Amino acid sequence: MAALQVLIVDDEPGIRSGISRILKNYSVDFPFLEEEFTCELIEAGSGEEAIQIIDSRQIDLILLDNKLPGMDGIEVLEYINKKQYDASVMMITSYASLELAIKATNNGAYNFVPKPFTPQELKSAMENIIKHLYLKRMTRKMHQEGKSIRFQFLSVLSHELKSPINAVEGYLRIMQEKQVGDQIDDYMVMIERSLERIKGMRTLIIDLLDLTKLESGRKNREIREIDLSETARVARDTFLPMAIQKNVKVHLDSDPEKVVLQADSEDMDIIFNNLISNAVKYNRDNGEVFIQLKSDEHHVKIRVEDTGIGMTEDECAKLFQEFVRIKNSKTKNITGSGLGLSILKKIVEEVYHGEISLTSVPDQGTVFTVILPKFSMTASI
Amino acid sequence: MNTTETKKVLIADDDIDSLTILSTEVRHMGFEVHTAESQKEAEKLLEQLKPDLAIFDLMMEQMDSGFILSYKTKKKYPGTPVIIATAVTAETGMLFGVNSEEEKKWIRADLYMEKSIRPEQLRQEIGRLLNL
Repeated sequence: MAALQVLIVDDEPGIRSGISRILKNYSVDFPFLEEEFTCELIEAGSGEEAIQIIDSRQIDLILLDNKLPGMDGIEVLEYINKKQYDASVMMITSYASLELAIKATNNGAYNFVPKPFTPQELKSAMENIIKHLYLKRMTRKMHQEGKSIRFQFLSVLSHELKSPINAVEGYLRIMQEKQVGDQIDDYMVMIERSLERIKGMRTLIIDLLDLTKLESGRKNREIREIDLSETARVARDTFLPMAIQKNVKVHLDSDPEKVVLQADSEDMDIIFNNLISNAVKYNRDNGEVFIQLKSDEHHVKIRVEDTGIGMTEDECAKLFQEFVRIKNSKTKNITGSGLGLSILKKIVEEVYHGEISLTSVPDQGTVFTVILPKFSMTASI
Repeated sequence: MNTTETKKVLIADDDIDSLTILSTEVRHMGFEVHTAESQKEAEKLLEQLKPDLAIFDLMMEQMDSGFILSYKTKKKYPGTPVIIATAVTAETGMLFGVNSEEEKKWIRADLYMEKSIRPEQLRQEIGRLLNL
């Protein structure tokens, strides 16, 4: 149970005690909240007195009469705003004119209770303002938590950047001290691993830039007609050296021959590069990759299937999270930033209002399917 | 304990680079090194040999693989000192120091170290733990 500090500001003692009586045993609860709110009441007979109290302690709600002997209600309201106190204000006045209402709400008052009011009127006004206060505070808390998620992201990021540095440094130190012999060949594995880790770090930085662009609402997208079959071909050729190394065959099948979409070419590059590089990277030696493009009246469907190591259901569920890399004996020598798929998902879902899904069987392979609506970009831009 | 014999060090880490580097360094210090790439593998090795010292990466298959291995090592070989190595440091907001008595009871490791530890320092710590 939370007790709200409620300040009643009115120059008429009768009104103050009347409000106190009504709110003394008043409590409010909401269906979405376990907590019940009650009021702890403080009284002030003038604007000056009210300000003293507000300055000296935490006040949640203020019931404020406008017509006060010294400084008036509006002035008290202005003072609260200037000091940015976290209190919600409800005006009480017998002169509930439209003009005053506008002036008060412009100054941040939440709502009005016209005098005279019935206990029921006061209570329902209170219920609204408490709900408002609660939501306001929740929103702020969520903003702060947003900040902490950001911090978490940066922490993981710095860890991801530090770990290749540690690895390369360690290998270099071993070489410097010639710990395993005098021949350069004795260190070949370490040299290869160092290069691999540096490559991974470069990928991470590139992916990070992509993600930053996405998060910041990014650069100007240049929406034009893109031939996705061509994008797929270019992406396939990019990863051909990697595929040849593992003797993985990459098949591309487009039906119709030209599948077009209104899109930004960089976005489409990111989608295909990610899907195809994963399909090659996580494949077995002598495996295959099938890229399939389909198009109907409303959608474009991109399907990338591999004959690779596959994933368990648990692993699939975690796959799109930032920095998640599936760690097991089959993936230990494969480098990646852990950002590619979360970038992909953001582009597909948030930018193009499409869908991405996957099915996977351990040791048999994985199928990624991306469906993009044809008219999402023309409609939203 | 026979001090003239080469001492055995068990190292478990699922990061292939860390494992290679750490095991090369420790081997270079003159120890007989046995490596495991997972908690499971380390558990199997613990059945077969009694290490004079063990170094476990904290996070392997599970978030607390290092702690589990440490616990199991201590249970089977109470005299074997255990070092928990981790890349988790202050920047991730997670700290697992073994400074207070309360923590020592719970964690059951003799030393906690960062993975980027310098080899000289590691040599010193190992020497201290093995009374060399």
